[in-house]
Amino acid sequence: MESILQIRHLTHTYSIGTPFERDAVKDISFEVGRGEFLGIIGHTGSGKSTLIQHLNGLLRPTEGQVLLDGKDIWADPKQIRDVRFRVGLVFQYPEYQLFEETVYKDIAFGPTNQGKRGAELDRCVRDAARLVGLREDQLDKSPFELSGGQKRRAALAGVLAMEPDVLILDEPTAGLDPAGRENLMENIRAYHREQGKTILLVSHSMDEIARNVDRILVIKSARILMDGTPPEVFSRSEELLSAGLDIPHAARIAAALRQRGVPIPPAVYTVDALEREILRLRKEAASC
Amino acid sequence: MSVMLQAESVRFAYPVSEGREAVPALDGVTVAVERGTFTVVFGHNGSGKSTFAKMCNAVLVPDEGTVSVEGMDTRDDTLLLSIRQRVGMVFQNPDNQIVANVVEEDVAFAPENLGVPTDEIRARVDASLDAVGMREFVTHAPHLLSGGQKQRIAIAGVLAMCPDCIVLDEATAMLDPMGRREVLSTVRRLNREQGITVLLITHHMNEAEDADRVIVMDDGRVVMDGTPKEVFSRVEQLRDTGLTVPETVELLDRLCQDGMPLPLDALSVDECADVIADALSRKG
Amino acid sequence: MLKDITLGQYFPGDTVAHRLDPRTKILLVTLYIVALFSADGLLSYAVMCACLVVSVRLARVPPRAMVRGLRPVLFIIIFTAVLNLFFTPGEQEFFRFGFLAVTDTGIKTAVFMVLRIMLLIMGTFLMTYTTSPISLTDALENLLGGLKRFRVPVHELAMMMSIALRFIPTLIEETDKIMSAQKARGADLENGNLIQRAKAMIPILVPLFVSAFRRADELATAMECRCYHGGEGRTRLHVLRYARRDYNALTIGGVICVLVFVLGRFGL
Repeated sequence: MESILQIRHLTHTYSIGTPFERDAVKDISFEVGRGEFLGIIGHTGSGKSTLIQHLNGLLRPTEGQVLLDGKDIWADPKQIRDVRFRVGLVFQYPEYQLFEETVYKDIAFGPTNQGKRGAELDRCVRDAARLVGLREDQLDKSPFELSGGQKRRAALAGVLAMEPDVLILDEPTAGLDPAGRENLMENIRAYHREQGKTILLVSHSMDEIARNVDRILVIKSARILMDGTPPEVFSRSEELLSAGLDIPHAARIAAALRQRGVPIPPAVYTVDALEREILRLRKEAASC
Repeated sequence: MSVMLQAESVRFAYPVSEGREAVPALDGVTVAVERGTFTVVFGHNGSGKSTFAKMCNAVLVPDEGTVSVEGMDTRDDTLLLSIRQRVGMVFQNPDNQIVANVVEEDVAFAPENLGVPTDEIRARVDASLDAVGMREFVTHAPHLLSGGQKQRIAIAGVLAMCPDCIVLDEATAMLDPMGRREVLSTVRRLNREQGITVLLITHHMNEAEDADRVIVMDDGRVVMDGTPKEVFSRVEQLRDTGLTVPETVELLDRLCQDGMPLPLDALSVDECADVIADALSRKG
Repeated sequence: MLKDITLGQYFPGDTVAHRLDPRTKILLVTLYIVALFSADGLLSYAVMCACLVVSVRLARVPPRAMVRGLRPVLFIIIFTAVLNLFFTPGEQEFFRFGFLAVTDTGIKTAVFMVLRIMLLIMGTFLMTYTTSPISLTDALENLLGGLKRFRVPVHELAMMMSIALRFIPTLIEETDKIMSAQKARGADLENGNLIQRAKAMIPILVPLFVSAFRRADELATAMECRCYHGGEGRTRLHVLRYARRDYNALTIGGVICVLVFVLGRFGL
């Protein structure tokens, strides 16, 4: 797969020269393929928030490089705003950044900064609203009249409207109820399916990661602990647990079954796969 | 067992601007919570669960019906302080309930308000911080702590009132899994060791595993009420109210539909694995 | 970055400077300011500098943190220096350019004024570095307690102040977050003329205010739930009590203040 983002030996040190000096990110290297759906896990303070803010140039590396389409994003610091349009970053609880009189105007903030006007701007705003599942009549409302889940969608649309090549989502479903979480993830999956754009999903929910991504990056104490496909990562569940991270519930049940002598393969980590395995074992048992 | 909290046909609607119709947030809720129990209240956003929580210590009072705390009517203004001292509240956003710049000062806030003598405040602060395992942070600045730690400070701040009951109004919603575990194990311990009645409002289904009782709310009413096993085995009804079931029950439910006769009430991972392993070995 | 603002930041510790009663520290800073404004010569400024150096040493505050505290007021310091340097008439002129003149008195005043501002700021910062904001407000509430008789709501003011101090770091963090989020949507906060820049602040200020009001509302509920009902009948975890070291410190402070005042009178 062709790489869209390349991160090379990235280090970020906060508060240099003070007693509080510490490395939030230490010598991290990885690549993200075009069209890939990458999951990033690690607990609060592991450095993942610092890491993602380097990918759109909000933070400048202390050492190392971030390459977008093979070009160092800091090659010309004056052009850094263009990088932010191409790598869209949606922060945690993004609804707190809404400020305009109407949802429409708020979604239009990014593309307007990009220089889009008239019909093109209108198309970007309406497309983005449709992608996140906002209705036309909600666009004329004040963002503060919307429900919590709808505000989240409006904020997400504000970034999608810039039509970025890479979309980074920091805990997009945090604080939503189960139905809200599932609906929003469905919108995000559909966006990935239809547009084929690259997505980086940061999440604490292992089940959410397990169900959605192609590849997982596990960050621990400012470094990469694991980098692999979900079966590769979740088959190392012991290591994940000892790093203080969760594993998907289905992987927990699978592990408990293995302890009881039921031969479930190590790479089973979704309820779907576990269901299939159990049915297969049942069939085998019945046939012999 | 005596009753800690009693709600009788409670109706309540938030005030709305003129010309709009008031939607009832609570529409005839009758619930009695026994002393010393651990009760979990589920419901999707807007189901009325947070409104119900705020009824428990007179932050809100019913439009119709009554809520009483240990027999004290929450509409009686003269009882306000005694009610609030007995039922402590922990809210969702840890940052917005910490009053002071130093952990011990924050924990001391409630006893100071209650006019407790200085020596006893000290004793209560230390005991409360011990109870939530945060004694070593006594002189720290709260804003530098993690989310889970902040919520434990908030719990300690409530414990310092020596309450009989703690209501956690989505107190785990903004936390990461580690913070959530910290808070849950803390309240479970308080319930078991100190006999404090706990009312946990949440939409994380896995938090109910070892609760005594689960209440499900929808559209301002109580739609399900029973032990976790009773409630979670009604998979379809839960889905209809916009909730999910824990993965263990989900798996068992699917296997049932695939023709494996399994009980649905194996909630914990171990129980679930036992049930499946047992079923497979019986076949073989 | 906004995080670098040190105003009101407290460095926990257990030195003499930390243990002093906060009321003592407020009184000492008052004496220090009085002395600073009566200093008027090399010797008196040297005494003031020595006072500050000794206090910083006693408080074990890193000198770098003291200097960093000056950064936000750098502009004022430079402005004062330039103003005094060029606009003070004197006996001996070193340099003249139109109406601008550098004179001996000009140099002297500029140096002393800069020194005065720096000492003033570092002195008050030293107090906030070594005193938790909550004990500072306690001390103020206590020192101003007499004003209650004139219906000044001293308790409410002190409570407001301590809550404001409590929320400074939270709101700074929040501002940082909102700025990053809007920058991620292409907001340009660095370039443009004054009007464009002011306009660029709207996407930051609106969410910040909305959030501050929400926080205030939630905090008020949380405070009520913890039985807050004003200052009446309230007890305290920490009761302020003067100790021997407070009397000692106040005596030393008083003597130095008088000394500097006398030195200043003689222009030393």
